Amino acid sequence: MRTAWQGGAACATSGAGEGRSRVLGTIVEFDRVGLRYGTGAEVLRDLEFRLGGGGFYFLTGPSGAGKTSLLKLLYLAQRPTRGRISLFGEDLSDAPREALPPFRRRIGVVFQDFRLVRHLSAFDNVALPLRVAGANEAEVEGPVREMLAWVGLADRGSARPPTLSGGEQQRVAIARAVIARPEILVADEPTGNVDAAMAQRILHLLTALNRLGTTVIVATHDLGLIAATPEAQLIRLENGNLVDPTGTLRNPPARFAATEDRR
Amino acid sequence: MIDALLGTPPERRLLPGGRMSAPTPWLIAIMMFVMITVAAAGLALAGSARLVREGIAHRHSIQIADGRQFATAAVEAARHTSGVVKVTQVPEAELRATLGRWLGPLASNRDDLPLPVLIDVELAPGADPALLGAAVRRAVPSAQLVSHQARLRPMLAALSALSWIAATIVALIALATAAAVVLATRSALAANRSTIEVMHGVGATDEQVTRLFQRRIAFDALAGGLAGGGLAALVLLLATASGLASAGQWTGGGLLRAGDLAILVLLPFACAALATLVARRTVLGSLRAEL
Repeated sequence: MRTAWQGGAACATSGAGEGRSRVLGTIVEFDRVGLRYGTGAEVLRDLEFRLGGGGFYFLTGPSGAGKTSLLKLLYLAQRPTRGRISLFGEDLSDAPREALPPFRRRIGVVFQDFRLVRHLSAFDNVALPLRVAGANEAEVEGPVREMLAWVGLADRGSARPPTLSGGEQQRVAIARAVIARPEILVADEPTGNVDAAMAQRILHLLTALNRLGTTVIVATHDLGLIAATPEAQLIRLENGNLVDPTGTLRNPPARFAATEDRR
Repeated sequence: MIDALLGTPPERRLLPGGRMSAPTPWLIAIMMFVMITVAAAGLALAGSARLVREGIAHRHSIQIADGRQFATAAVEAARHTSGVVKVTQVPEAELRATLGRWLGPLASNRDDLPLPVLIDVELAPGADPALLGAAVRRAVPSAQLVSHQARLRPMLAALSALSWIAATIVALIALATAAAVVLATRSALAANRSTIEVMHGVGATDEQVTRLFQRRIAFDALAGGLAGGGLAALVLLLATASGLASAGQWTGGGLLRAGDLAILVLLPFACAALATLVARRTVLGSLRAEL
């Protein structure tokens, strides 16, 4: 029997009633997705869940559980070895390579290691998605300056990543991820390399973005981050499986809620 | 215009490193220098062969061994043959002077060295040499008609072979240039792997990524090609101007036609086009091997 892990997808609002984020139709759907690298064992097994547009999701689990692999599937850096993945209502599991860039432009990614282009200035790093999308320089200047100001780096536009602190690099990475107004923002341990104050600041940026309608998916070990975002839903991975062994997940997913209802 | 050729300033900033800082342009410059000098030599040899072939195409010699008394009859017979344009008996003094370069004073002694009568005959294009041969032999049965082209065929074949060898060397250098571009492109791809990943991550197409490398390699190849071509042109001009007979022959000494010069001028641009095409195929091939 197929069971769907509905992270609020079918609901009108996400979370347990806080409802700051309006959740729209399904934006991400995983259907019996499995992933293995080469000939090794599967790192992700039979993942089934749906995420609603506009939701805020935390992806948790111990190290090695498969969080980063799941995120790679989400931002189309990896194809599943089995199962189907649909984004924005399109099945992209077997989509040809040349069909992927338009979908990638609708997804912003914040990497744990920032992945800024070291030889480009902060301005050029943030401007990259707009330029890739074909914007001319007149269309780039204003939004990039505005975005740098939004992340508190208005005066650091000409600085190159090696001259920026970890927190500053993280904020440049966030600015780059959101400059093109993506519909989905995927962040892998966005607070993993910053102090507590900076972590709070980054969380505020993410929640502000979520309020603007972006679906935010954050992989994190940071319990403080999760605690500070009560409206967010949790997705837990263990050994490549979606689990809720203790029944303590906040905002229980629809699968469990439906089970309770049937009882 | 510059943006169309090299990309916009932000695009140019995506790939670090100043132009001409990598070895590729210098390697291409060296290869282009060799390619143009070899091509010039090959074209000059082909031009030489062409001039010689055109010069002797309709020329024949009548030889009469030990028959000075028959010379006039042979000349008259040749002059009255249809299709004969010009008949000239080579003066004996000229023959002995020529032989004197190798034989010394012995060549001027009639008793020690009897010489055959030699009569140069030029036929009109399309004239039948067999008619001339028959007419001369009727007048002087011991006369022999020799085609200059037949006599020089081995030399012309050698010149032609040398021209083809030069063309082969040029083709091999072009292949080596292409191989160097493949290696340089792969190296550039490896060095910029993280930038490519970021670009793909933000939605860049393979075509957008490819254009970056394609433009860089095209510029490097053109700069290297023009540098190498310019140096080759300088060397060839200096060699020609120096008046050295061998160099004059080597560079053509007037044997290069306008078409040949056009080929030499176009070589750097053809090399840049080849490098661009090779870089494009290399990048696309490498990217398509990914997700």
